[in-house]
Amino acid sequence: MTEAAAETRSVVVEREFSFPAERIWRALTQPHLIEEWLMKNDFMPVVGHRFNLRGEWGGVLDCEVLTIEPQRSLAYTWNFSHEDAAFDLKSVVTFTLTPTGAGTHLRVEQAGFSPTQKQAYGGAHAGWKQFFAKLDEVLARAD
Amino acid sequence: MGYEFLMSAAHDLLFRTLADPTRRAIFERLCREGEQTVGALTARSGVSQPAVSKHLGALKQAGLVRDRHEGRQTHYSAQPGALNPLIDWTSQMAGFWQNRLDALDDLLKRMDQ
Repeated sequence: MTEAAAETRSVVVEREFSFPAERIWRALTQPHLIEEWLMKNDFMPVVGHRFNLRGEWGGVLDCEVLTIEPQRSLAYTWNFSHEDAAFDLKSVVTFTLTPTGAGTHLRVEQAGFSPTQKQAYGGAHAGWKQFFAKLDEVLARAD
Repeated sequence: MGYEFLMSAAHDLLFRTLADPTRRAIFERLCREGEQTVGALTARSGVSQPAVSKHLGALKQAGLVRDRHEGRQTHYSAQPGALNPLIDWTSQMAGFWQNRLDALDDLLKRMDQ
């Protein structure tokens, strides 16, 4: 891991949805829909627009729209300020939509972390909370 | 790609090593209470000294503990840094996005045409 420390790293997650790009685009760019699957926000589909994503764990991410190509590509910064440099996070999230025969392929890339980054606090914290919440649901149903 | 493979191999070893409750209890005690001898660990573990030594060997192989010889005694201490792969941000964010895309899929199913 130390050898890779000087490089910018990225996380790529890909998913195939059985829905047209148009519907996914709406979910990615309409605030009330973004809130349903990601976080509370004041997003506007305008390059240069600054907005916040507010996690239910209390964290606030500072974002700025970088790219808008309707139904094809959306990119915004995903920054989390923290007094401890190890938790400070500066990154860019890019959503890329590609139509497929049966629906749409969505690629999510998050890139540009600082070399000292140990934990992606902003997202990770929420991710685990969500994960455990989901696990609770599953366990509750398993009775 | 190679990085992800290494990460998952590291995770496997850590999870496998810590899956054993007795071994995990030994590791947790070393994390909580600091360096201890095999004898001290055995006295409170409820298993035999050879069993404790075997668990310590497995923990050492996974990089979770370090040993230090002093006279005829061997002292073991926890290496909590060995757990870093589990809290590495790339793994965490990948988990975060997988989870969010599950939620996105749910939403897409509910949305109007």
